[in-house]
Amino acid sequence: MSVPDFSALNAERATPGARVREVHDSFHGDLLEVSMGPHHPSTHGVFRMIVTLDGETIVKLKPVFGYLHRNHEKLGETVTYLGSMPYTDRLDYLSSMTNNWAYALAVEKLAGQAVPERAEYVRVILAELTRLLNHTCLVGFLMQDCGCSGTPLMYAFREREYILDLFESLSGSRMMCNYQRFGGCRVDPSADWLAGAQKLTDRYGTFLDEFETLLTGNEIIMARTQGVGKLSPELAINAGVTGPMLRATGVNYDLRKVDAYGVYPRFDFRVPLGDHGDVYDRYMIRVLEMRESIKILQQALAGLPAGPIMDPKAKLRSFRPKAGEAYGRIEGPKGEIGFYLLSDGSPNPYRYRIRPPSFINLTVLEDMCLGHTVADAVIILGSVDIVLGEVDR
Amino acid sequence: MFKRDPEDGTLSQDVTPPPPSVTETERDELRRQGILLTTLQELYTWGNSHSVWPLNFGLACCAIEMIAASMAKFDIARFGSEVFRPSPRQADLLIVSGTVTKKMAPQVIRLWNQMPEPKYCIAMGACAISGGPFKQGYNVLKGIDRFIPVDIYIPGCPPRPEALLHGLVQLQKKIQGFKLTGPDAPRHFRDDQPCNCPVPEFGEHDLEPPANPAVWTAPPAIVRKD
Amino acid sequence: MESPEQIRDRLLVQFPGAEISVVTNPGIAAQHSLLLGAAHARAIAEFLRDDPTLRLDQCSNVTGIDWPEKEIVETTNISTPDPANPAGPPTVVEQKTKRLQPGFLEVVYHLYSITHRHGPVIFRLRTGNRTDQATVPSLTPVWCSCEFQEREVFDLFGVTFVGHPDLRRILMWDEFKDHPMRRDYVEPDDYEWEPTPHGAVLEKTKAHYPTPPTPAAVAPVKGAAP
Ligand code: SF4
Repeated sequence: MSVPDFSALNAERATPGARVREVHDSFHGDLLEVSMGPHHPSTHGVFRMIVTLDGETIVKLKPVFGYLHRNHEKLGETVTYLGSMPYTDRLDYLSSMTNNWAYALAVEKLAGQAVPERAEYVRVILAELTRLLNHTCLVGFLMQDCGCSGTPLMYAFREREYILDLFESLSGSRMMCNYQRFGGCRVDPSADWLAGAQKLTDRYGTFLDEFETLLTGNEIIMARTQGVGKLSPELAINAGVTGPMLRATGVNYDLRKVDAYGVYPRFDFRVPLGDHGDVYDRYMIRVLEMRESIKILQQALAGLPAGPIMDPKAKLRSFRPKAGEAYGRIEGPKGEIGFYLLSDGSPNPYRYRIRPPSFINLTVLEDMCLGHTVADAVIILGSVDIVLGEVDR
Repeated sequence: MFKRDPEDGTLSQDVTPPPPSVTETERDELRRQGILLTTLQELYTWGNSHSVWPLNFGLACCAIEMIAASMAKFDIARFGSEVFRPSPRQADLLIVSGTVTKKMAPQVIRLWNQMPEPKYCIAMGACAISGGPFKQGYNVLKGIDRFIPVDIYIPGCPPRPEALLHGLVQLQKKIQGFKLTGPDAPRHFRDDQPCNCPVPEFGEHDLEPPANPAVWTAPPAIVRKD
Repeated sequence: MESPEQIRDRLLVQFPGAEISVVTNPGIAAQHSLLLGAAHARAIAEFLRDDPTLRLDQCSNVTGIDWPEKEIVETTNISTPDPANPAGPPTVVEQKTKRLQPGFLEVVYHLYSITHRHGPVIFRLRTGNRTDQATVPSLTPVWCSCEFQEREVFDLFGVTFVGHPDLRRILMWDEFKDHPMRRDYVEPDDYEWEPTPHGAVLEKTKAHYPTPPTPAAVAPVKGAAP
């Protein structure tokens, strides 16, 4: 990659008005300020943006956060390390398993806790199932935003139920699994459960084929999403964008490959990359990632070793890591989800910080929306894949 | 049967209905023979209870389960509530599905005020009932019933879609028990009960006021057992 | 990748006179960090971003940490020889000195390189105190990913970022006056604390119900063991 000129990029962002695009001037009117949200059917929760319009063109867009600010970080300081685990479920409530893993990984780094091999495999299986779940739902919601009222979302939720059934029979809860522990997982999946997961994995490709027949080649969807909300790789890197959003701009950066955490280096999978960085690319990346997830699932289910699911030396009660700090991160379905923990030797963390991927991905929302219409802003927001529980925490 | 008062627009029934001369068993017997006997009140509440349109309004994690309840597997359409309206003007039911933060509370109350009567409110999930797992948070409202009247509480974190459906059926039962007239009539048939709730302001440390005294009083102190 | 010490040495060559020190992390993770003085922070950040061997082009995470004033008690033994018997054992007087360690706010940045796929390089900035000198230079002009995260630190901790293009509250409402993530923040006391067995909550509960109940006031629980 060539050396991007970050300074010019930032100077432009920092000067008010410098980014206002050339606007169609057949409208000689005042600018119109529209407040979208926090109650708006297309904002995926209680997100709000204040959009300034010239005619129909967006010339300024300011997101407003905090309508779901539930004080995760403050609460994390008042409970023990393990007590924060159920709270992580409620961060990005579509993918609780990866949140659990990210938190467990950070604590394991902090405390120097080893994880048995079987648990690592189970974590990979659950993380990839979560990725399937999250991406399927996201595509459903994105299509809902495009105006395909109901149908794709209905299919997506049908598949979601199958995955949730697996989660429920393993952890006891559909959405809030609270499954990972420091040094392993809470329960050992049974042979029946694994057979169910295998069945789902074998079948999922067929569903994806069906889904793609419906959507990928659809002319209306192409017309609606191609060339909309373009993001340059330089800006994406500088703005800390991660996950499928970053890879849609063509930057090859997947933490499963880069950090090689867990047992991911043992699996053979590819990292799909986009080249336009528009909404269509972001959709395609997610579909292709789901296909890679199926590949990983097949390998992980085939190679699952026997053994303990929890490190026998792991401490659950009176868990007090040594004073120090650690930052652990994994590749969540939405991007890099990280936890920064600062311990002072007491049972509660001194500081518990969540690095929320979709919050930081929203940094570039204005850049992507400028010059487009309001209807495009809706699908651009949809393609960022936000979950408000994580954006506002 | 009904007369609208030209002065204040209230409905009143000008004929007191005679005491029922047909017993339930006789009515059932007649219904099997193909004769349907009913009262206006029953007809009205029957129609009302089976066409409760919810507001398309999600707050947090519980909203995902609310969406799941409206999708293929759980199919809320079986109970006549599949029409999720995006506009509060067209909705009958506010499902408070998730954590209400103090920053969001004025907006939720404003939505409630914009809904036309008859309107109902379901508090879905631990958060909407009491703040749930986030109760100790500085920005979390400890239950939406501090500001607006709640008809049905559904516990759970999140409640399963079946629980939401059960709550909906309970709401339907409640509606079917409504009287159209008299002192037991629900809020929307009476003048003396306001249908709007005051919207709190953002204060320097908290919402002002922190609760609506018309709908909420602090529960009696829990006695501590040391 | 270079170690923090090597980076510090290189930076000191580049920026003579800058305050740069390595903060060692005593924990097992051993992620050591650099402590930068405010004067050169911006220039150093630009150097870290553009330096061809480091090229830390992604600022992943910005964390605020509050370190309130701490009273440190130091015990020193002062031995004075006995005036009556200089050869005998000296009298040892234990002297306790109290020292007030001034409080400050800290902002931690985690940097990664996407080009070279390495990281993290961690550095910290510290404010002079927690009240009137709570400022650090903003790094949003260097990495725009800091934009919202610095606003968040400003909102919740009260650190003012000099040079931030749009420094407003982000999560709480604009009228809000406090900084809730500070450790001395007192939240509005707006709910009945249930008597739960958790440490901090139990303490708050006790403050709420200060009079210990008389045994007669404790209602017997149905079905409970006598
Ligand atoms: S009750 Fe539980 S699932 Fe529902 S919004 Fe609250 S935390 Fe989320």
